[in-house]
Amino acid sequence: MASVNIKLSDQKIAQLQAICKEFNNDKGELINVLHKAQHLFGYLPAEVQEVIAKELKTSLAHVYGVVSFYSFFTMTPKGEHPISICMGTACYVRGAEKVLDEFKRILKVKVGETTEDGKFSLSCLRCVGACGLAPVVMVGEKVYGRVAPDGVKDILEEYSKPQ
Amino acid sequence: MINLTIDNKKVQVAKGTSLLDAAKTVGINIPTLCYLHLHDLEITNKPAGCRICVVEVKGRRNLAPACVTECTEGMEVNTHNIRVLNARKTVMELILSDHPTDCLVCPKSGNCELQTLAQELGIRQIHYQGEQSHYREDTSPAIIRDVDKCIMCRRCEMMCNEVQTVGVLSAVNRGFMSVVAPAFEMNLDHSVCTYCGQCVAVCPTGALTEVDHTNNVIRALADPNKTVIVQTAPAVRAALGEEFGLKPGTLVTGKMVSALRRLGFDYVFDTDFAADLTIMEEGTELLDRLSRHLKGDKDVKLPILTSCCPGWVNFFEHQFPDMLDIPSTARSPQQMFGSIAKTYFADKLGIKRENMVVVSIMPCLAKKYECSRDEFKVDGNPDVDFAVSTRELANLIKQANIDFNSLVDEDFDRPLGESTGAAVIFGVTGGVIEAATRTAYEVYTGKKLEKVNFDQLRGMEWVRSATVDFDGLPIKIGIAHGLGNARKLLEAVREGKADFHAIEIMACPGGCIGGGGQPLHHGDSSILKARTAAIYREDESKVIRKSHENPFIIQLYEEFLGKPCSHKSHQLLHTHYFDKSKPVEIE
Repeated sequence: MASVNIKLSDQKIAQLQAICKEFNNDKGELINVLHKAQHLFGYLPAEVQEVIAKELKTSLAHVYGVVSFYSFFTMTPKGEHPISICMGTACYVRGAEKVLDEFKRILKVKVGETTEDGKFSLSCLRCVGACGLAPVVMVGEKVYGRVAPDGVKDILEEYSKPQ
Repeated sequence: MINLTIDNKKVQVAKGTSLLDAAKTVGINIPTLCYLHLHDLEITNKPAGCRICVVEVKGRRNLAPACVTECTEGMEVNTHNIRVLNARKTVMELILSDHPTDCLVCPKSGNCELQTLAQELGIRQIHYQGEQSHYREDTSPAIIRDVDKCIMCRRCEMMCNEVQTVGVLSAVNRGFMSVVAPAFEMNLDHSVCTYCGQCVAVCPTGALTEVDHTNNVIRALADPNKTVIVQTAPAVRAALGEEFGLKPGTLVTGKMVSALRRLGFDYVFDTDFAADLTIMEEGTELLDRLSRHLKGDKDVKLPILTSCCPGWVNFFEHQFPDMLDIPSTARSPQQMFGSIAKTYFADKLGIKRENMVVVSIMPCLAKKYECSRDEFKVDGNPDVDFAVSTRELANLIKQANIDFNSLVDEDFDRPLGESTGAAVIFGVTGGVIEAATRTAYEVYTGKKLEKVNFDQLRGMEWVRSATVDFDGLPIKIGIAHGLGNARKLLEAVREGKADFHAIEIMACPGGCIGGGGQPLHHGDSSILKARTAAIYREDESKVIRKSHENPFIIQLYEEFLGKPCSHKSHQLLHTHYFDKSKPVEIE
């Protein structure tokens, strides 16, 4: 429920409005608009939802209803390095849950949360189409295959080094 | 036409009729919880969510929800065989398995559709035990949300979004965690809620109820240092009887006065008196704006919008902040009454305002919020101390062991209890503007009205317009009830597409007779029609039917206020509006 209080710049508002316009400000396209907006901001803070509600002429409660219904949408800002663990069937049977537990243990966050320093966020996804590499973990755009729980620490260390 | 059989009875219905409606035509009432259909207002809610209305259709594998299943030719339907009954009871038990069982102390007890249906289905045991969902309680100045009692029927959501277009409530989250809540799950008092109470009026359970002030009233009545006076809104007298088993549309004005006196109020007055006063002020404001407009004053704002309805005031403060200079500045009758009671009448009694308690009996929940507004307080002391609903009054009467139906009619006290027929029609859609027209016509033309009734302003259509001839000057009047229709009318005004001189708006469907504080109609819109007819009967029965002829109003201006819209009137009877379109704040 909590969200970081941000103030949208005029430029960002204009970008959001352009997204809505792309879908003819049709309230039936709400999910598509939210999808694009989340791509733009990385998450869907309250102010973004407000602009969308206004542009699509629908209620803010309805927009929030949709955002809170789909697990894909998030109101929490993603970390600098978003971590996604594949929970597809192949990855799952090859121990993805244990890998996930290890990430949770080390980072001290739950799925959908971001670490306090804003460095990492943790989420699950369904099948990246690399089942041969199961279990699969993605950090940003980079794919790690055949990850074992004891390999988690090494992955995290790659990103903890000063760049 | 479509031919089918329901419980072996032959039924013929028009194409597109649902099984539920078809069954009704042959005396079969299939139970429902989420379904709501107010025929006369064309309001429908049928999300097919509760599954209580399931029936068996021959040849169909699964049971069918009767509310959304259309009749087809040759259908054979069974509404109560063992398979259907078992399924219905299972559905009910599953709903109850995630519902608190504190019925004995629930504010909705005895008036709860879930409780009634559980009884009717003969549920004696809940076979499903498990985790129950819990959510925080949300108390606003008018409405309490206790979501643990919500069965996700979505009626409130439909009222809030489709009928009122306020857009506060929506289903949020998913599965077991889902609740009906405002955006970001903020509390109602942080949202753009207008407190119209239409969500409360349709809630089948105790999930949405009003803030109860009955105990505050009982305490005030017991305090020997307080002079407690009561005012009653027009719509209350046309509905209160329903709480005591009387037929909808029974007028109980005299019994209500008698009951209030027995409850111990020192003076039993009438909001209708203040309604007459409202007409004097609002009517004068209308004529003033009109004559300036006719003289070519380009700055004058027309149309003038009525401002009696607090739900409507909240609505335009939140949603139309650019148009705050259009509504009349006249306070609502409730607030005018409070203001006059604690000045003029307190002076007459020789008591301080702090020692006077003003209680109002209202068909409305937004009135609870209205009387808590800071601008209606003097040094922190409110003009109206407590607004209680029609339902709460019924409760007070029952607690005082009064046999309501055997009461002998009594009259209101004077001076603030005298009123005209123009005042009582404030309770129905179109009534305020009709009352204003009666007075404005006579004041403007200097002629006597031949016919007091303006039938062209009456009716249940959502948006109405009429032209009244003011001795050669056509006055264009617009009327809307239900906030969604108000929005349409206001958007037309904003875009310059509506050339009305005056517009009346009531937040609730039907006007105050359909208010959020009235006895529950449980989806029967004929009740609203019966109340409307009762209000017009009360008007007809009055000797004086024009506000400016009320002798005590004339006396009030002579003794105290001077003339309508005088300096003193502005201080005591007018207000200003606030831009409440604040950005969302999340804690």
